[in-house]
Amino acid sequence: MTEATVAASDIAIEVKGLTKSFSGREVVHDLSMQVKRGTIYGFLGPNGSGKTTTIRMLCGLLTPDSGSGTCLGFDILREADKIKRRVGYMTQRFSLYQDLSVRENLEFVARLYGVRDPRKAARNMIARLGLNGREEQLAGELSGGWKQRLALGACTLPNPQLLLLDEPTAGVDPKARRDFWNEIHALAAQGLTVLVSTHYMDEAERCHEIAYIAYGHLLAHGTVEQVIAASSLATWTVTGAGLNELATDLTGKPGVDMVAPFGTSLHVSGRDHAALESTVASYRDRPGQHWQHGAPSLEDVFIDLMTRAKDNFQ
Amino acid sequence: MSAADGPDREVKERAFGFWRRSYAMLVKEFIQLRRDRVSFAMIVMIPVMQLLLFGYAINTTPRHLPTAVLLQEDSDLGRSILKALENTTYFHFTHEVHTVAEFDALLLSGKVLFGVEIPRGFERAVRRGDRPALLVAADATDPVAAGSALGALGQVMQTALQHDLFVGDPATLPFEIRAHARYNPAGSSRLNIVPGLVGTILTMTMLIFTALSVTREIERGTMENLLSMPITPVEVMLGKIVPYVLVGFIQATLIIGIGVLLFGVPVQGSLLLLALLSTLFITTNLSIGYTFSTIVQNQLQAMQLSMMFFLPSILLSGFMFPFAGMPVWAQYLGEGLPLTHYVRIVRAIMLKGATLENLRYDALALAVLMLLAMTIAVTRFRRTLD
Repeated sequence: MTEATVAASDIAIEVKGLTKSFSGREVVHDLSMQVKRGTIYGFLGPNGSGKTTTIRMLCGLLTPDSGSGTCLGFDILREADKIKRRVGYMTQRFSLYQDLSVRENLEFVARLYGVRDPRKAARNMIARLGLNGREEQLAGELSGGWKQRLALGACTLPNPQLLLLDEPTAGVDPKARRDFWNEIHALAAQGLTVLVSTHYMDEAERCHEIAYIAYGHLLAHGTVEQVIAASSLATWTVTGAGLNELATDLTGKPGVDMVAPFGTSLHVSGRDHAALESTVASYRDRPGQHWQHGAPSLEDVFIDLMTRAKDNFQ
Repeated sequence: MSAADGPDREVKERAFGFWRRSYAMLVKEFIQLRRDRVSFAMIVMIPVMQLLLFGYAINTTPRHLPTAVLLQEDSDLGRSILKALENTTYFHFTHEVHTVAEFDALLLSGKVLFGVEIPRGFERAVRRGDRPALLVAADATDPVAAGSALGALGQVMQTALQHDLFVGDPATLPFEIRAHARYNPAGSSRLNIVPGLVGTILTMTMLIFTALSVTREIERGTMENLLSMPITPVEVMLGKIVPYVLVGFIQATLIIGIGVLLFGVPVQGSLLLLALLSTLFITTNLSIGYTFSTIVQNQLQAMQLSMMFFLPSILLSGFMFPFAGMPVWAQYLGEGLPLTHYVRIVRAIMLKGATLENLRYDALALAVLMLLAMTIAVTRFRRTLD
């Protein structure tokens, strides 16, 4: 799955063989990835899969045990200072000063990065974030959605070339999430590269490219279509009555790797197309149920990857 | 309170529930206490260390106090007197000088607590029966240290010299001992305590200000954000120390002002020098507090470490008990504490009118301690989350 060689200046992140252990437990294993400039790169994976650790290694907050790479053309091992000046990192947990006001937090960041007119920069950002009228409110008193907007504002204020967003939309309502993603797309349109980690499948589909990581291993990457195609998963969608019984019935049958209910429908997937076909054949003509051959969803693919990864690495 | 059912059961359950919930809380606290290894160690360390330290170090009737001798003549009688003085065990001759200027400088800088002057022509005057004066000057800024030695002087000398002296009547000495309590002739302990308090209060407040500063960032989660931004350890340290220098300066002004206005403590020396060296002292303490902050893991440990530093500062610095009365090892320990040097500085400037020339050793010591603390802090400061 190697990409065609791209000119170095078009690459925002290029790392090879990143490995990191904490007290003997390997959290990230031999991870290699490439992110092109100006793209939104989604970083997906279950909790504890090594997403945060990888992001921290990219911006110099953690030192990899082995491996190498560049971030914006700077060596991640030796030039962390230069990387930090050009990267905006939004932590998973709100990490601005709760006892400073919105304006004071933004001015602090602006001064730290040496932005020319910190007051003006903060004022502009407040207007852009739609935080007018709240500039004197303490950051700790903001609601979850506003905190997240403020955090995004703080890390974009110094005009970084790369944004590293660690689960930025966790615990945020759908409207705020949509606004957030519109903002990210607007930023990417201006040439900013965005690496964003998330749990949400709908968010993954809003990324230009995605990578799936589980148990510290990078299992798949590419566009959503490429990842689905590469999974070689066949999926049947069943609608109708008695789906619960059907699900119990199908589990463990030859060729059936995964049975998952999706609201009023059931997804039946398997990697061995022929075996799945023959198993399905005996159920297809049951009355009251409608079988349809469909493409697997991204979630089907990820659950499958995760189950296989669990067998391989756990 | 026998076993019961009916309405009693509910009452019993409520009472039992009280104990059960208290017990649950208690078990949780014990587990957390056990996890915090450093705090656990301090539970044993603090009392044992402090008790041993202070039990052996503190001595309120100090002996072998550093004394300078101004020899204007070299005579047998002079030497006998010096020997007798040393035999009292109160005095320990550390310096021998030949000019009044050197003699005064030693007392002013606090290097000696006493000075004995054998005047020119002393022996001849004794032989003539003129009852010449033997001057014993004491640095009375610390009345406790000076008091017992001065009080015993006349009596002890008489007894000690009886055997050595060839002149007549044992009831009276053939010379006069003129004891001179310098800087604090009334022996007022207030003059001693108030300047020392300036340093003690500053130590306590300054230490706490910065001891919590780094752990607070870590505990509130703001450290991760801070570390991801282009800021260096030195910049973080300066940013965290400088505001409190101002706070400390205001505090110092307040304490010294009250000391002067309310307690009538004079400022004999230069106010500017006092302000300058106080600022140095404040910065030194802030640096040490900041260093603690980079060593410990949480705010509780930061407080414990500050206390462990604060107690010896009070007890071994010469603020409460005479510094010269402590055993040598304790004096070395004391030299490592900024308060020791500042107590000397502030007493010397306020009570003795000392100049920077007299205090350069203590000023230098403060600067060295400050730079040492800053160096440790900057090297200890972790730039990554590893």
